[in-house]
Amino acid sequence: MAIASIESGGRQAAAASIAPRRRKNWSGYLFLLPWLAGFLLLTLGPTLASLVLSFTNFDLIGSPRYVGTANYVRIFTADAKFWTSLKVTFLYVALAVPFKLAFALAVAMMLNKGIRGLPVYRALFYLPSLLGASVAIAVLWRKIFAGDGLLNQVLGLFGIQGPSWISNPDTALYTLVALSIWQFGSPMIIFLAGLRQIPQDMYEAASLDGASPARQFWKITLPLLTPVLFFNAIVQTIDAFKAFTPAFIISEGTGGPVDSTLFYTLYLYQEAFAYLRMGYASALAWVLVIIIACFTAFSFLSAKYWVHYDD
Amino acid sequence: MARVVLEKVVKRYAEVEVIHGVDLQIEPGEFVVFVGPSGCGKSTLLRMIAGLEEITGGTLSIDGERLNDTPAAKRGIAMVFQSYALYPHMSVYKNLAFGLETARMPRAEIDKRVKEAAQILQIEPLLQRKPKALSGGQRQRVAIGRAIVREPRLFLFDEPLSNLDAELRVQMRVELAKLHKRLGVTMIYVTHDQVEAMTMADKIVVLRSGIVEQVGRPLDLYNHPANQFVAGFIGSPKMNFLKGEATGSDASGTGVRIGGQTFALPGVKAPAGPVTFGVRPEHVTTAEGAGITLGRAKVQLVEHLGGETIVYAALDDGQALTVSLSGQRPIQIDDVLELHADPSRCHLFGADGRTLAG
Repeated sequence: MAIASIESGGRQAAAASIAPRRRKNWSGYLFLLPWLAGFLLLTLGPTLASLVLSFTNFDLIGSPRYVGTANYVRIFTADAKFWTSLKVTFLYVALAVPFKLAFALAVAMMLNKGIRGLPVYRALFYLPSLLGASVAIAVLWRKIFAGDGLLNQVLGLFGIQGPSWISNPDTALYTLVALSIWQFGSPMIIFLAGLRQIPQDMYEAASLDGASPARQFWKITLPLLTPVLFFNAIVQTIDAFKAFTPAFIISEGTGGPVDSTLFYTLYLYQEAFAYLRMGYASALAWVLVIIIACFTAFSFLSAKYWVHYDD
Repeated sequence: MARVVLEKVVKRYAEVEVIHGVDLQIEPGEFVVFVGPSGCGKSTLLRMIAGLEEITGGTLSIDGERLNDTPAAKRGIAMVFQSYALYPHMSVYKNLAFGLETARMPRAEIDKRVKEAAQILQIEPLLQRKPKALSGGQRQRVAIGRAIVREPRLFLFDEPLSNLDAELRVQMRVELAKLHKRLGVTMIYVTHDQVEAMTMADKIVVLRSGIVEQVGRPLDLYNHPANQFVAGFIGSPKMNFLKGEATGSDASGTGVRIGGQTFALPGVKAPAGPVTFGVRPEHVTTAEGAGITLGRAKVQLVEHLGGETIVYAALDDGQALTVSLSGQRPIQIDDVLELHADPSRCHLFGADGRTLAG
């Protein structure tokens, strides 16, 4: 009897201690709910739905019909535009990412010299990154690189008659590359933080050894910055693969001239919303996911050969 | 082996002067230790010699050549940093070879020098490892090795042992002393640890607030400190300082009054007035007839260290006194001891801190 009473008392005490904890947990989940709902309904749900739809001929109007791997087979065997958009995207990634990272690193190294007003410069250089993906900036870019745009007006002052940069298939993609490089603020801030982590006495030891600034950069700065470079390269490459807004605005949604700015995402958008081939567009989206995943996996596998982590 | 001469060397950051006209001569092959509390300017002085800090005023010359404006790499100097400054992405071999590769030395010569240094420092099995795979002591050896391979005329050490544990520090201290003997090169070593200074130096330079307080051999500084600061900085436990009064001098010495106790310090001449009496804990004794009597002191704390007993006590007038007695003593808190000292081991400092006698 006494034992039973003790046991029941213990259970009550345990229940009493768990109850407030549960209440605390519930309030946590309640605060989490808006994000969780958004994630489930707007990210995870559509992602899984698109995977299912990629095996259908869904056209946004009728009911989706299962077509097996037909969409994927068509992508790789009967769609010239897929290869065009892939080529444009790869060229964009190959140009925009290295140049953007190099420019960001150069500016970060200048700012790391301990100049006055560093926070102001940092904020100013970061500003384009905040504005960069917006429609407004893409419109502005169009105004700069148009035939009668700002760039040609400036060139005109020197007697140079520039082409319409965005209407010329040879130059249109490079205007988008330039726009991407202009948004160097985000990797620059990360490079700056990485540069700050390199101990000054390593440079002092190197200067005692007679290492020139160039040798110090190649032998000390760059190797010690590889973890940051690795991070920036992955993030920027994924971003570049996903780039959409600038190409959409500058080419007015066509990917022109002559498909020279037909980014993969823009082609995917056209298939989904211009031609209402949502099933096919979903398959295109999943091919892009696989391309990005392969690139990321390759990057991580190669990291052990060129990324130097300290302790 | 280099002869280093500093003449009226000054360092100023904007309006703030941190090194105030230092004069110093370091003879070829000497092991000189800069010692002083944090912020005294010892590392700054070392970095000025290295060429890592600009010399604002005065002259630095090595082997008779003025080097104020000579780049660090061309001074024939190697430096070992407190943090070791090893390149984490390079193997030990590459770390050692970096300076030689920079100087475009032939590969065979680089290999020979690296292997010689590795043999001296007993790090041959570590040559292919990265610094992160080394212990603190091993990293320290690699840092020293990096200096050795360059065969410099002058070695600089900036608190190289401060990141090591106590046992390893003692071991590395011995090894550095041996290395100095073996290489015979001039070495300048910065530390805030007076024990390191006392055990390693041929010559100690005591610095305070950018001023050289005293230069001398370790035992000269211990036995004949130039002032109260040096007396307090050199020696562990530190010297006792008791406020007192000189009562006047005659042929036999100077009378000194501390608390209720008056005694004479023979062979000392000091004007009457306030003085500071200094005596090292190891020179205070409880044995009667050992010279002057300092008075009765009540024990407040005892540390039984086995080989010695450290007693923290207070004189009748409340002034604190530390006593270091050899061996194990049955002394307890609240015991009252009568303390004595050998007058020849006592020091007297004037109101300005300068040594009057000692």
